[in-house]
Parts: sequence; structure tokens; C-alpha cells
Amino acid sequence: MPGWKDDVDVLVHEGKISVPYSWTVGSTLSRFYCELRDNAKIWANRCPSCGKVFAPPKIKCIDCYEDLHDWVELPGTGTVETYTVVRYEEPVLHPRKAPFAYGIIKMDGADTGMVHFIGDVDPEEVKAGMRVEAVFEDEREGNILDIKHFRPIT
Amino acid sequence: MEKVAIIGVGYTKYDRNSPLTFAEMVFEATTKAIKDAGISKDDVDNIVSASSDFWDGRTISSMAISDAANAYGKDITTVEGDGTFAALYGMMRILSGSYGVTVVCAHHKGTESSMNGITNCAFDPLVERKLGIDAISSAALQARRYMDKYGLLEEQFALVSVKNHGNAMRNPLALLPMEITVEDVMNSRKIADPLKLLDCSPVTDGACTLILAAERNAKKLTTNKKRVWMKGVGHCSDAFRLGDRDLADTRALAKAAKRAYAMAGISDPGKEIDFAEVYDAFSYMEPLWLEGLGICDDGMGCEYLERGWFDAGGRLPVNVSGGRLSANPVMSAGLYAMAEAVQQLRGEAKKHQLRGVETALVHGINGMCGQSHCVWVLGK
Repeated sequence: MPGWKDDVDVLVHEGKISVPYSWTVGSTLSRFYCELRDNAKIWANRCPSCGKVFAPPKIKCIDCYEDLHDWVELPGTGTVETYTVVRYEEPVLHPRKAPFAYGIIKMDGADTGMVHFIGDVDPEEVKAGMRVEAVFEDEREGNILDIKHFRPIT
Repeated sequence: MEKVAIIGVGYTKYDRNSPLTFAEMVFEATTKAIKDAGISKDDVDNIVSASSDFWDGRTISSMAISDAANAYGKDITTVEGDGTFAALYGMMRILSGSYGVTVVCAHHKGTESSMNGITNCAFDPLVERKLGIDAISSAALQARRYMDKYGLLEEQFALVSVKNHGNAMRNPLALLPMEITVEDVMNSRKIADPLKLLDCSPVTDGACTLILAAERNAKKLTTNKKRVWMKGVGHCSDAFRLGDRDLADTRALAKAAKRAYAMAGISDPGKEIDFAEVYDAFSYMEPLWLEGLGICDDGMGCEYLERGWFDAGGRLPVNVSGGRLSANPVMSAGLYAMAEAVQQLRGEAKKHQLRGVETALVHGINGMCGQSHCVWVLGK
């Protein structure tokens, strides 16, 4: 009989998917993260064909599709290309409490931008074009959060 | 090349916390589309589904909806991306000569999970994911870059929200019909600067199905009134990492659009396209993508918006449905936009029907900040 659906108490089953992963970092990003972890240095790689410098490093040049065997050490300074101040809380996702600023930082010596936090500054004061430098964590584990954030160069 | 037509459309009403399961939604949309085409389920031999395993909370999500999509005893294949890309794959399978009448379906229930958690998982777990970035915060980075590059104002983006929510007032399907002002948008809750709540699309549930057929089948099975031709399509991808792109550069979309226009024989899109459904999950995206689509010059989208060009009564109405800002079932959003275009071209759009429209543009994206674009030209 049609119409029976109107009387159904439609249930909701709560659930959560939690699956462990062990992601291989690969030789290119492993070298990048080992330099961060062991020496607090930011390294990038360069395309032998077009000269484009990638930070974070990539396995292939996106333009030339060439292997990137040339490594260059960056000074750790750069310029904010764009930014946002995040106002919402995501305690599981966000490593810090809102409000905080994300930026895309064009590192000096690199041709690509790096997404990261902009800190040690009132988020309201962040602007595109701002000169920043990397601040490293004291305890480093070999991942992107070994850079604590980028802070304005005063 | 043989022509392919859209001969049927069907969809569920947009909802939040829909009481329907994924399969019930797909069944409803597909049944309606088959009925709309006036064909039998047995006329179909090919099913292309669009869904995301993360959103569905299950692996091989297309398998779970295959019976509902009329795939029992038939062939089903899946696109993990927006429905516009599934329609492209459906068309290609028909043009391969191996398949006949095709169901393209997409389903999405944004309200069953966590938008931010799932879109965070679109980022590289080895790099950006640990920063907690997601669809909203990355869109905010793009919006700011677009503003800074061309000297645009938040008030100009707000006008997109005002227009599209206003358009939704005439579309009973839309989830968020609202008469609002630029001030309302500016005063809405700050989410991630420069984006406020009313610059962002609502989390939405919905399934949509299109029926595709090659010319010989379309003419055999349907009346002329039902047929809308897939006149041109183009797609193109930009770099995965946000930092490898200039986020205000629309070159991937420009390439996709160029291919679609060439296939459809369009040389001046601004004049030859009668209306467009453009991806507007965030307000700033509409003018940005209109620039990429070649409808206006780079940096001019907001100025033309202010002049009323893209209003329902303007020279090129954009998102008369209310757009994604008024309902955004992510994976199926592009198919809904195509269904909207089909109904406009057939003259079935009722209260928000545009007059004398013959050529439509529909745009869908995949990936963060429009990494990949699919552009359709549809026509009678």
C-alpha cells in the first residue's frame, strides 16, 4: 500500500570510520623532511630543463615532466602571496585554535608557493606581500609541522 | 562524429538530513529520468555513476547503488568526481560504439558526514593535510588572491550571493531562496576571510540522473521536445598543489572552454551562449570562472556583474537556478546544473524559465579551488 512510508520512524545509525595508514613519503619528500628534522633547513629541487625551483620539492617538473635531481638550499625567507584568517574551530583537523592565519608563501629562491601557517603576528595584520621567515619547532619529527609557522621579518 | 542527446532528467528535491538512503535517492532520480525520457528500464545498457567513497563512508560506493541505478545485469562504471565529468564519460562510452542508452547518475549526502574532514582528505597526506586545510580555507586563499590581483572588493563578491539567492526565489527546487542585500552578506558570520557564511554554499543532499542516447537511439525513442544535444565539451586540469598554481589564474578552465566552444562551433561565447550555469560553491568563483570561460576579460567579472549582465534579465543570465550557493550537493551538483539547462532549453523551467534560449553553458569542477574543469555546451 503506498503511503506507508509516511508513518515510518526513519532511524539514523551513528558510525565512525577509523582506518590506520602508513603512507610512504618517497625519496623526494623524505629528503626534504629529513633536512627539516635534522638540520632545520628548507631544501627545494630544480628542473634541469626549465630551471623552475619547487618548494616543497616535487618528483617531476609539472611543466617539463623531467626528473628533478638538482637540490638547492633555501634561506627560509619568503613573501606571502595570499592568506586567510580561519575563524571556525575544527579541533581534530586544525593543529591550532582559531582564529589563525594560513598563507601561501613564495620562498626566496623558489618559483612555487608553500601553504603554511603565519604566526607570531595578530592574524588581522597579515597581508599579501608581507616578508616572512620560517620558524622551526624545537622537537622535529620529519613532517611539514617541523616548520612551526612563518613569521613577519621585523 | 555521431551526436549524443540528453533525453531524460530526474532528481530528488534538495534536502538536509534527507530521510532517504543513497540507494533510495538514486532510485528516485533514475526512475524519474527514465519516465521523463519515456523509455523502459530495459532500453538502458550502460550506467555511469558519480560518487565519492569518502562522502558515502563506504568503499566502491557505486556498487552499493548499482541496483538502484538500473545496473542489475548491466555494466556500471564510476567517476570519482563531479557529475559533469560522469556525463563526459557517459558520452564517450556511447561514442565508443560499445554502448547504447546510458544512465548517468550522481548522488551526494553532505549532511551525513563532515564537510571539512572530508575535503581536508583531498589534500596530500604527506604535505598540506596535516595543516588542517580544507575546501573552505583553501577557497579563502583563492578569493584573497583574486581580490589582490585585480583590486576587487568583498562587496562585489557579496553581489553574487544576492543575485543567486534571489534567483532561487523563483526556483522551487532551491534549498536557500532568499531576498538579501550586500549588507546582509557582509554582516554574516566570518568563516575564513574574506569568506562569510553567505559567500559559502550550503551542505546539501541530492541525487540527479540524466539519460543519454546517440542520435539514432534518441530519435527512435523520444520526441524532439525531449532531446537536448551535447554540442560541445572540454575538460582540463591544473596543478594539484595550490602553491604550484596562481590561484587567480584560470588557464585550465580557459583551455577546457576553448575545446568545448570549438566542438560546438562557438566563436564568440559572450554573444552565442544564451545562459550559463557556472560553478559557484563560493561567491567569488562565479566572476572568476566567467573570466576563465571567456565570457569576460580577466579581472572584469565583478564589474560586469555590477552592471547586471548576469542577472536573470541580463545579457547573459548566470545561475538562474540559484546556483550552488542556493543548494550544493557536491558530487551531483554538476548533473543538477545540466538538468537545469535541459529544462530551460525545453521550456520546462516554469517560474524561472528564460525566454527564447537555445544554447546553454554548464560548468563543473573537480578538486580544490577548481583544479579541474569540465565545460559543456548544450543546445536544442
